[in-house]
Amino acid sequence: MRIGVSWLREYVDVPAEPEALEQALVRMGLEVEEIVDLRTTVAGPLVVGRVLSAELLTKFKKPIRYCQVDVGEADPRGIVCGAPNVAEGQLVVVALPGAVLPGNFAIAARKTYDHVSDGMICSVRELGLGDDHAGIMVIPPSAGVKPGDEARPVVGLDDIVVEVEITPDRGYCHSARGIARELSHAFGVPFRDPARIDYDQSGSARLTPRDDPDQSPAADPVPYPISVRDTVGCDRFAARLVRGIDPTAQAPEWMKQRLSVAGIRSISLPVDITNYVMLELGQPMHAFDPDRLTGALLVRRALPGERLTTLDGVDRALDPEDMVICDTGLANPLAPEGAGLPVSLAAVMGGENSEMQPDSVNVLFEAAHWDPVMVSRTARRHRLLSEAAKRWERGVDPQLALVALQRAVTLMTEYGGGQLEPGVLDIDHVAAPNPIVMPSSLPGRVAGIVYPEQRVAELLMAIGCEVSPGQPADPGPSAVPALVVTPPTWRPDLLQPADLVEEVIRLDGYNKVDSVLPVAPAGNGLTASQRRRRSVGRALAEAGYVEALSYPFTSPGVLDALGLPDGDPRRITVRLTNPLSDEEPLLRTTLLPTLFGTLRRNLGRGQRDVALYEMGLVFLRQPGQPGAPAIGVESRPSEADLAATDAAIPHQPWHVAAVLVGDVEPAGWWGAGRPASWADAIEAARIVLDAAGARAVVRAGQQAPWHPGRCAEILVDNGPGEPETVVGYAGELHPAVCAALELPRGTAVMELDLDAVALPGVIVAPRFSTYPPALIDVALVVDAATPAGEVQDALVGGAGPLLEAVRLFDVYSSEQLGEGRKSLAYKLTFRAPDRTLTGEEAVAARDAAVAEAARRVGAVLRGA
Amino acid sequence: MAYRNDPYDPKQAALLDQAALDDAVAAAEKAFAEAADLDALTALRPAHLGDRAPVSLARREIGALPPAAKADAGARVNAARAAIQAVHDARRAVLAVERERRVLAEEAVDVTLPWDRRPRGARHPLTTLMERIGDLFVGMGYEVAEGPELEAEWYNFDALNIAPDHPSRGLMDTFFVDIPGLVMRTHTSPVQARTMLTRPLPIYIVVPGRTYRTDELDATHTPVFHQVEGLVVDKGITMAHLRGTLDHFARAMFGAQARTRWRPHYFPFTEPSAEFDVWFAEHRDGPRWVEWGGCGMVNPRVLRACGVDPDEYTGFAFGMGIERTLMFRNGISDMHDMVEGDVRFTRAFGMEG
Repeated sequence: MRIGVSWLREYVDVPAEPEALEQALVRMGLEVEEIVDLRTTVAGPLVVGRVLSAELLTKFKKPIRYCQVDVGEADPRGIVCGAPNVAEGQLVVVALPGAVLPGNFAIAARKTYDHVSDGMICSVRELGLGDDHAGIMVIPPSAGVKPGDEARPVVGLDDIVVEVEITPDRGYCHSARGIARELSHAFGVPFRDPARIDYDQSGSARLTPRDDPDQSPAADPVPYPISVRDTVGCDRFAARLVRGIDPTAQAPEWMKQRLSVAGIRSISLPVDITNYVMLELGQPMHAFDPDRLTGALLVRRALPGERLTTLDGVDRALDPEDMVICDTGLANPLAPEGAGLPVSLAAVMGGENSEMQPDSVNVLFEAAHWDPVMVSRTARRHRLLSEAAKRWERGVDPQLALVALQRAVTLMTEYGGGQLEPGVLDIDHVAAPNPIVMPSSLPGRVAGIVYPEQRVAELLMAIGCEVSPGQPADPGPSAVPALVVTPPTWRPDLLQPADLVEEVIRLDGYNKVDSVLPVAPAGNGLTASQRRRRSVGRALAEAGYVEALSYPFTSPGVLDALGLPDGDPRRITVRLTNPLSDEEPLLRTTLLPTLFGTLRRNLGRGQRDVALYEMGLVFLRQPGQPGAPAIGVESRPSEADLAATDAAIPHQPWHVAAVLVGDVEPAGWWGAGRPASWADAIEAARIVLDAAGARAVVRAGQQAPWHPGRCAEILVDNGPGEPETVVGYAGELHPAVCAALELPRGTAVMELDLDAVALPGVIVAPRFSTYPPALIDVALVVDAATPAGEVQDALVGGAGPLLEAVRLFDVYSSEQLGEGRKSLAYKLTFRAPDRTLTGEEAVAARDAAVAEAARRVGAVLRGA
Repeated sequence: MAYRNDPYDPKQAALLDQAALDDAVAAAEKAFAEAADLDALTALRPAHLGDRAPVSLARREIGALPPAAKADAGARVNAARAAIQAVHDARRAVLAVERERRVLAEEAVDVTLPWDRRPRGARHPLTTLMERIGDLFVGMGYEVAEGPELEAEWYNFDALNIAPDHPSRGLMDTFFVDIPGLVMRTHTSPVQARTMLTRPLPIYIVVPGRTYRTDELDATHTPVFHQVEGLVVDKGITMAHLRGTLDHFARAMFGAQARTRWRPHYFPFTEPSAEFDVWFAEHRDGPRWVEWGGCGMVNPRVLRACGVDPDEYTGFAFGMGIERTLMFRNGISDMHDMVEGDVRFTRAFGMEG
């Protein structure tokens, strides 16, 4: 909401100091987006001038006029002006030499187009008042000013403009009335309510069912026949009619200026009036041309299949929830007799077929009250978040309708002439606000401040509530006195005691709340899985990986590029229905695509050696997963509802992934670098599982998008007797995938499901021997295809309890060994817990280890 | 004892002559002093301290002396030998120091040679900042709670008093998905509801995590961002407790001078509600108030929806953007730096940000 302070000052006496105003507005909860002191935007002399003559200079490409302008001095000044609309006799705004216009535009007497221009005739834009730069600003004769007068007050440059952001609970602040009311609270000064006017009820033709038939006034006819079929969607509909207006009449300058400040374009006097009243009071209105209506108006829900072309020229399919105003004189092929055709999409936008025309001479003003939920849905459905819709969905004072109509018809007849029809139509089903019973001590209990009951009542009455003493909810000797508080009609947001509490504390001042640190009960620290994620992140970072936090959005094309087979669970994705990029509508089921994106960006910026890791959620949809049920909020949901909700939410485990390209150890004066390889990716997986307190088992695996011969399946050893769990894969990326994703060949990758790794239990401390070890090396010759991991498992299995450690220290193949054979050399460390081992014992253990390797994988002791 | 009657051998006895002993000491002193290094010294040792050295031969002659002369001669020989030994040891010590000095000089290397064979990695500053906030509150007795990022609308909106047609629900710029009733969570607040429904009272938690809104990435917006929020539900909790907690939080994050300032605001899940600014003395552009987050007293409707009796319990909640906090705390001017994953950005923050 953007508004001039001069307007607000009609209703409340506040200082015209921008700083004081800003602080006051912020203190009340109205966020100040901008505050502009227009008095300071133009420096130096700015006066009213009269164009005495405007000589057209013909030797230039565009029409330039050399004007003689009376600026109230003894002699007129010569001023060059290129505006097409400058003409003799006009009153204009003249910046004299010495003036500085917005944008630091200094005015001086200077020679231009062969003449000395002794000042400048200004446009709206040059004065910083708006965007109009089509021509100079012309002051209407009705302004009552003369050459030489100070021009600032004439054009509105004597004002301060504030733009405030209104929170959704304060719909009433979308008006001069509402903001002025808040300023009255902030400065503690009286508020003159512009809605408190005497409106013409004499001829009211009320149609409310509450009316006592005996007192029903029958004097005047209704101004126009109107009926409301759905009083839930529309609980008030009021209208008045003015006939015989001057269709050429324009809104007065002050009104246009106020509309312009609010960002509303001037259209025609009747439409400008409806917008003006909306800004002033907060009541959105509509102006119909009754001559374009053929029958009575009917307010109802739209029918399936109905359409309406709204003012913006869009032909819209209506929804049965939308409210429409219909002309019952028009036959509707979809509906029974009398339903009529829609002429306005209620509360949101009028229809083309009933809109005021440039030659309309009669105007029917409508001021209604619509259901906020209905408007909210309609506005979103049709993507018409108009100024009116914005106010409706935030709540409009239902008691404004007649006031607003009175303002509108008064302005209409004052500036556009015409005759006000005596009748007032008012179909009123508005329910009175419900009183709220609140213990008078509640605001103090919430704020930690003692507010006397009288103070609480005063503050609530200041915002328009009616307050009376009430019965305590819990009578007894310790009963807390209660207040019965009836909120004002413009505050539909005040529904429960907590809402009143906020108003009391806000008006008294949030800054008065103390600072007291509460003492929490003893907590349990981080959970095991939280500590684990930190350990894993630190371990990877210490190992050289840099953390990435990529957006979890991906595309079907990337899943194809990864070579995921049909039926791969990673292809069962959740799709965003409103993605930012149509290219990436899917939620990731694997961290790899988004991590590859980050990798590519780094490579694109000239990095050659990159090691990245990411830890984050993936989104695993279960086939046929149902939607979440609708649940109420009045009390704790049933366990069944909570379970159904949880069942609807896809599994979102924590994954961790790492990717490497280039050298993992750089080249240097020590020699060549060491290129990253499949082995580093597998080691990254081991680092993760180590940090996670799990024992990794590595086996050859087959999984997209890895190289089929360079892919390790990573498992976790769950202890004796328990099956191992596959938790991920590591190795080299498939060359075809590298090519498809424009990654360097040989890119090494690992990804693990961290949540699939069981949390470690308590570690039982090892017992270790202090006797000397016996070290024996063995070289085993095996088939080249035999995995080293299996050979080692066999050695460990065969060696028995004396084996303390085993380490592979050499792998080689040669002609001597024969085709398809390799030699694996291990260092075995034997040690007994209770004695020094003899050579014979160590050799016997080694022999048992080798025998087991021979049995399991056909290993032959080299040199034996 | 026949040998006592052996005839006196003047040649042998001459070695015991004091002048001869003095000469031997002098000769040794001179020779040792001229030894250039330990090896030379070692080579000279037998000539002056070995079996054939003058003092050793002189010692042999003592036996030939008459008993009365033996003690005197023995003492003089020992003194001479001790003097030679002392000279030798002193010289050896000097030469040993010299050799050590020479060896160390020879072993000198160019320590300015780089040895960055294992490049360092780094953790993202958003991660470390969230951990730091978590640690601060864990130290106060809070626990760190979490929830899913793809969340049920009931938790993200309804339970938090954001009804389906409430304007603020429309203002949330929500990502919707092809599963009815689910959204990408627009804030970490659904974890409030999850916590109240599952944990025993009282509740003291902080919730760091990822959140989503349909904002295009630009210098100050990102569709995927991080928040941390706090929730306390206990008996007798007031707004003063909220301010005390935020003031403490502010001091821990922004120094002893930090404090908070409140502006009334609106959030559906709190009533009363406020936005708060923090006084940040070390701001890159000078000390100033900086918008930091939102807070308020938990709306009784939220408590009811989560099965907590609002007549018995009250609570407060607060939350702020991690990106925003990092931006003004560390002087980051462009959101792109935090989301693009350029290793040069992240490396600058190391392991602990």
